[in-house]
Amino acid sequence: MEKYIIQAEQLRRDFVVGDETVHALRGVSFNIAPGEFVTIMGTSGSGKSTLLNILGCLDTPSSGEYYLDGIRVREMGRNDRATLRNRKIGFVFQSYNLLPKTTALENVELPLFYNPAVNARERKERAEQALIAVGLADRIHHRSNQMSGGQQQRVAIARALVNNPVMILADEATGNLDTRTSFEILTLFQRLHSEGRTIVFVTHNPEIAQFSSRNITLRDGKITEDVTNPQIRSAREVLESLPIETN
Amino acid sequence: MNYNNLIKIALKALSNNKMRGFLTMLGIIIGVASVIAMLAIGQGSKRSIREQISQMGSNMIMIHPGADRRGGVRQSASDMQTLKIDDYNTILHEASYVSAVSPLVTASGQVINGAENAPTSLYGVNSDYMTIRKLSVGEGEMFTDQDVKRAAKVCIVGKTVVENLFPNGEDPLGKTIRFDKIPMKIIGVLTPKGYNSMGQDQDDLLIAPYTTVQKRVLAITYLHGIFLSALTEELSDKAIDELTGILQQNHKIKPGDEDDFTIRSQEELSSMLSSTTNMMTVLLACIAGISLLVGGIGIMNIMYVSVTERTREIGLRMSIGAKGRHILFQFLIEAVIISVTGGIIGVIVGVGAAAIIKYILHWPVFVQLYSVILSFAVCTLTGIFFGWYPAQKASRLDPIEALRYE
Repeated sequence: MEKYIIQAEQLRRDFVVGDETVHALRGVSFNIAPGEFVTIMGTSGSGKSTLLNILGCLDTPSSGEYYLDGIRVREMGRNDRATLRNRKIGFVFQSYNLLPKTTALENVELPLFYNPAVNARERKERAEQALIAVGLADRIHHRSNQMSGGQQQRVAIARALVNNPVMILADEATGNLDTRTSFEILTLFQRLHSEGRTIVFVTHNPEIAQFSSRNITLRDGKITEDVTNPQIRSAREVLESLPIETN
Repeated sequence: MNYNNLIKIALKALSNNKMRGFLTMLGIIIGVASVIAMLAIGQGSKRSIREQISQMGSNMIMIHPGADRRGGVRQSASDMQTLKIDDYNTILHEASYVSAVSPLVTASGQVINGAENAPTSLYGVNSDYMTIRKLSVGEGEMFTDQDVKRAAKVCIVGKTVVENLFPNGEDPLGKTIRFDKIPMKIIGVLTPKGYNSMGQDQDDLLIAPYTTVQKRVLAITYLHGIFLSALTEELSDKAIDELTGILQQNHKIKPGDEDDFTIRSQEELSSMLSSTTNMMTVLLACIAGISLLVGGIGIMNIMYVSVTERTREIGLRMSIGAKGRHILFQFLIEAVIISVTGGIIGVIVGVGAAAIIKYILHWPVFVQLYSVILSFAVCTLTGIFFGWYPAQKASRLDPIEALRYE
């Protein structure tokens, strides 16, 4: 049997709002193998945020099974899921969510603070390595408010990498960025993919799908499409073809 | 998760908001400082009163006539004639816990030297009185037991009397002055004692043999009081019991009847006076305690704002692996750091304020270790108590909601 990073089996998630029950997910099943770059697409209300929360172990399904790296998540408690997130998942958010007035290094170190197995020296080394990996070697001691949006998102990606997760979970990671910076970030994601990282990228922007290896489309809580991308576009080439802005 | 990391995180968060942290601390600083300063002032005045009372005499016991009824009318103590010289003699022979005994008769009147005169008090005593009241003769000498026996017309004068009667600075020794109409030769001058805590001039007096005062000045046979020294402070109570027994027997007071004398010790006097200052201290400490409470509420308030303001940060921390208790401890440690730092600064400010009061205003101030420890412990507990609720609130946030919080 092939080992999957994500195994989702008939995931359902119901919310009770007032007297009504909203079915956000109505039986979603899919597997993601190591090294895949999957985009999960859907308009708002399609259930993609709910799915993201479940995949990120922030929420548990009402029914169905979810295995992350072979671990059954559905019946885990809050604290166990927190530990699981700390070891297995790297989050990248739309709005970066960096700590204000804090240096890039300190932001990247953050997940390792919650891992007692990592000591102070190792924490610093690994954070520096992660920042170098995202091309911010010269910004290590800059504060988050001294950096551009693209740089802040790179710090956030470094933070997602620092715990060496089995999967990077990106939520509209290019949503707040201009076109050029978006492609820079996508280039970074593609490079991470080529290095063998598993990436799940949740977005409502259909353009992003061209750059991933596989695309899952959600609609009304169900998967309507699950296709592998035979021709992955290179974000780097697009970036190079963009006219260089001159001030 | 080790707690060093949580402390680092909390310190980091505090250093990001230095001004706010400081203002929050201010409440605690003022609270702790005022508790310490107030208790120091209270304790200081209590001590100074005790000290002055102990200057009044050594393990002093005072017997006064009192609690006498005649025909249902309670008499004023000075009119009563229940204490006799016989009582003094019996005490002298029978009391075993006293080291010195002196009868006391007092008279007030005008003291005259030529053209100069001044009102003063005359104390008729024996030579033991000097030890009992911790008095000493500076120049000249004390009258002798022989003088007492003969009712000699000699006296010892206080500094104020000397200043009043000899304004030109002549030597008073050997001079004869008159108290009312009785001429008395000055044979000694008391070492000055200054004013006591009640503002009385302790040098404005004349001391003469009690026999002289009884026979020549007042023409009475009774005593106004008997002053004694207990052997030690601890034996004061035993001495009082013994003296009560002796006097009851001497006065033929049946068991159950009211005594016609009162016995007070110096100890009683001092605790009577310190009860006032105790009340003041409690009052001051209450006010200071309230300000500490307000400081604590300030912490709670700021922690609340801080939790709300940092909801997204909490969401992020949770999403990258912080457990509820990590968040709880982070905020709790923040609150405790604020209160403990505030407490330390408060202790320094409080002790400093006490020192300033002492050296600039010359108030009697005494900082006690227990007040420092107490207020420090209280402010740490305040931090935990008032930090707990907001921290608890933070730790229960749903990471999904928290991340979405605007």
